[in-house]
Amino acid sequence: MTLRLEQLARRVGKETHLYRMDLTLEPGLNVLLGPTLAGKTSLMRLMAGLDRPSEGRVLVDGTDVTSRSVRERSVAMVYQQFINYPSLTVYDNIASPLRLARLPRPEIDRKVREVAGLLHIEHLLGRLPAELSGGQQQRTAIGRALVKEADLLLLDEPLVNLDYKLREELRAELQAIFAQRRAVVVYATTEPLEALVLGGRTVVMGEGRILQTGPTLQVYHHPASTDVARIFSDPPMNMLEGTIADGRVSLGDGIAFPPCAHLAALPAGRYRFGVRANHLGIARRRPGDVEFPAEVALAEVSGSETFVHLLHDGVDLVVQEEGIHSLRLGATMSVFLAPGQLYAFDAAGALAAAPARREG
Amino acid sequence: MARIELRDLAHAYGPRPEREEDYALKRADFAWEDGGAYALLGPSGCGKTTMLNIISGLVRPSEGKVLFDGKDVTGLSPAARNIAQVFQFPVVYDTMSVGENLAFPLKNRGLPRAEIEERVREVAQMLELSPMLHQRAAGLAADAKQKISVGRGLVRSDVAAILFDEPLTVIDPHLKWRLRRNLKEIHARFRRTLVYVTHDQNEALTFADKVVVMHEGQIVQTGTPQELFEEPAHRFVGFFIGSPGMNFLPVEGDEAGLRLEGTDIVLGRELAAQARGRSGRLELGIRPEFLELHEAPVADGLEAALTEVQDLGNFKLATVRLGPHLLKVKLHEDAAVPQARGWLRLPPTRTRLYAGGRLIG
Amino acid sequence: MGKTENNKAWFLVLPVFVIVAFSAIIPLITVVNYAFQDILGPQDRYWVGTEWFKEVLTDDALQEALLRQLVFSTAVLLVEIPLGIVLALGMPARGAGASAALVLMALPLLIPWNVVGTIWQIFARGDIGLAGWFINGPLGLDYNYTADSFDAWITILVMDVWHWTPLVALLCYAGLRAIPDAYYQAASIDGASRWAVFRHIELPKMRGVLLIAVLLRFMDSFTIYTEPFVVTGGGPGNATTFLSIHLAKIAVGQFDLGPAAAISIVYFLIILTLSFVFYNVMIRVGTGSSKS
Repeated sequence: MTLRLEQLARRVGKETHLYRMDLTLEPGLNVLLGPTLAGKTSLMRLMAGLDRPSEGRVLVDGTDVTSRSVRERSVAMVYQQFINYPSLTVYDNIASPLRLARLPRPEIDRKVREVAGLLHIEHLLGRLPAELSGGQQQRTAIGRALVKEADLLLLDEPLVNLDYKLREELRAELQAIFAQRRAVVVYATTEPLEALVLGGRTVVMGEGRILQTGPTLQVYHHPASTDVARIFSDPPMNMLEGTIADGRVSLGDGIAFPPCAHLAALPAGRYRFGVRANHLGIARRRPGDVEFPAEVALAEVSGSETFVHLLHDGVDLVVQEEGIHSLRLGATMSVFLAPGQLYAFDAAGALAAAPARREG
Repeated sequence: MARIELRDLAHAYGPRPEREEDYALKRADFAWEDGGAYALLGPSGCGKTTMLNIISGLVRPSEGKVLFDGKDVTGLSPAARNIAQVFQFPVVYDTMSVGENLAFPLKNRGLPRAEIEERVREVAQMLELSPMLHQRAAGLAADAKQKISVGRGLVRSDVAAILFDEPLTVIDPHLKWRLRRNLKEIHARFRRTLVYVTHDQNEALTFADKVVVMHEGQIVQTGTPQELFEEPAHRFVGFFIGSPGMNFLPVEGDEAGLRLEGTDIVLGRELAAQARGRSGRLELGIRPEFLELHEAPVADGLEAALTEVQDLGNFKLATVRLGPHLLKVKLHEDAAVPQARGWLRLPPTRTRLYAGGRLIG
Repeated sequence: MGKTENNKAWFLVLPVFVIVAFSAIIPLITVVNYAFQDILGPQDRYWVGTEWFKEVLTDDALQEALLRQLVFSTAVLLVEIPLGIVLALGMPARGAGASAALVLMALPLLIPWNVVGTIWQIFARGDIGLAGWFINGPLGLDYNYTADSFDAWITILVMDVWHWTPLVALLCYAGLRAIPDAYYQAASIDGASRWAVFRHIELPKMRGVLLIAVLLRFMDSFTIYTEPFVVTGGGPGNATTFLSIHLAKIAVGQFDLGPAAAISIVYFLIILTLSFVFYNVMIRVGTGSSKS
């Protein structure tokens, strides 16, 4: 099926939760990426038919379903909280949508076992939700959503309440499961890495608006605006004000260099330059790197990497550096920037130039 | 401030523990050095919260002793131990203003008014709470409330340690950075003993100087983030730390070296000597970050089939098949990725050997 | 909320409308009818305007009954709310003791109201009642609720406290159990006294249930009828003639339906107003903003 949202908007009282938007979703995985309160949940509720839009229409394969209730649509949803029927076993929980649909008993049994196998909970079918760990409870809830084989599968930050390692494991499994489905899968998350691991297409949202839509990697490498660049980077993309004039790029406090290929084509003027944390370094990596001074605010070590928080020209910067580095707080040190990795945004915040990428 | 020592500690929630499994916390001997920033890391149910509550005095251990600077405090209440604790969900007193909340522990201890005001002002400034000192605490956002919880521990000059029980759970991702940074600055300035419980390896590694990894009621390794990453003492640490975790390859000791199970491939000649005479399942461990994947044959390279390559923006993650075993390889974002086949190399300095789950070489 | 609308749902609500109409709206309209007319027969009715209201509002007996009622409800709230809180705080939180305490507390609530009256009528009698005998004999006090106004009052009050304090206690108990352990742990770490824990944690967290308890106990005690009717019949003299008993005397005893209807409406408005005041005061008191 194809889900189309036309001129959709939602207001509650005087507050606007979603500004007018158009969106078309095809079968496959669609990631809804945005910070809390970006409107992800509001949008999903409209897609499901749990809420009515204040304006606009929802179309399924060209048919207007805006006023059709959620029970008449083919929808399944998974929430942040682990929502299961507490008095039913895992088996009965997963079977419940099929029983409502009055499927014959042998078919219910076959489908329940198949889904349970997919989610590795076959051995738990006789247990009650209270006897399960958080991960197993969410697997059950996901099982209940999958077994319906609905045309639209909505998942609202399904892994956020799970342990870090469990999240990693389940995320990889879900990606494989979604790949075999014909449904339109919509997966809301706040985490850029989750969007990248899941792949598919990404819809970036911020403050009730859709900011950008496209294949996940394409959006990641070509963020349409500074807002998208910030949202789709962890840590958020570093931003420095600067200009291009007289064949020179200058930014921050006295950082200047001749423009490299992708910046050379830009007209002179004021720009905001963005660079991801992993493209800044505290050691020279390439001969063309530009060096500038910054004050160390904090160094955070994460396994094989160090995140160095620095201050340059009153702006907070984050550098992601391989290896373990202990640095003295308050010290001034050299930071290296690869000009080839700079994004340039115009005065309105729209992308003007992105680094060239080696495809493959 | 104090050095906190756990001696022969064990705890079971049931009344009459008999078997190993009855214990939520198995025998532990451990010392938290004065002024250290520690993280207690492990999955849910590993016993880390139990250990934290034993240190703070909220739980009395079934066996063993807790010593603060050599003094036995096992039977003392949390208040008598001078411990501060920050909980997963922010605890503030709804009836009080932010300032009154911060002053509360000092007022209870009967400090003079002027001194209380002075301390509250200082702590509020550090936590960036000064502008809201007179606001009611009840209506604030989760991160401000959590700062108040931290502040109630910081105002007391006599605290032996501040304990954190997954304090960032309810904080928005983009605020987590800021709050963690606040905590680190506070540690740098006051040098209080901090113990931070979490299941999130990133939080643990970024916060702590020393990370204590727990698994099934036991401490499996204590070390700096670097040590845990490079020299996991236990299979579990290799798996739990790092994303994705360490690759493990089952091997058998052989004349020539270590032979990969189910194949004729011989690996890790350098480690073969250590394997001799060991009982327990032998495994080689290597991190996805350290595995090398080449497009063309290299010395010591093993031919492997590529099953999947994921582009994750900052880096690429390849899955390769070596015999019947799957391995993850983390590649640089610009790295050339071989087509269908590649040559794997396990750098000897980065390859570890485990017997029965424990590091032996 | 702009939930998806479905007109079928209205049919499901219909029975409630019918029931409410028959149980509340129609009787109320009937009462209003009687309050503004003198109805002698189905075809024989005269518009009297506010005459009945003037009559009853200047009636000394009504004013006394109203005052008595206010004093009684105030006393009930002043005793039952604090006592209920104390009982709830004293009840064990878990284990077999908790179940036993819950059953024990629920017991008085299970007894029909007129039976409660009968029990106390006998229990407090000086000749055959255990309490009456005990107060007169071993305690050596002169106690007779059928002859002495004060004794009658105390008896009715104690009976109400016995009957309804468990409700307040159970509500508070539920409120207390909903407080996460972390609050107590944090307080103990902060070195808070038992009083401070009560004042700054337990009391604010019980606000919601206390609001319900106060409203329920106020409305209920303000309309008390069965128990005093059974125990004292409103006496001695008019000492325990509360509003509802007064109303019944006029309506059923003297069959003055017009004045009785007027009293009913005044009665209803008083309860409505006071409940409204209680509700608003309690919502605002304490925390200012009541988000939690």
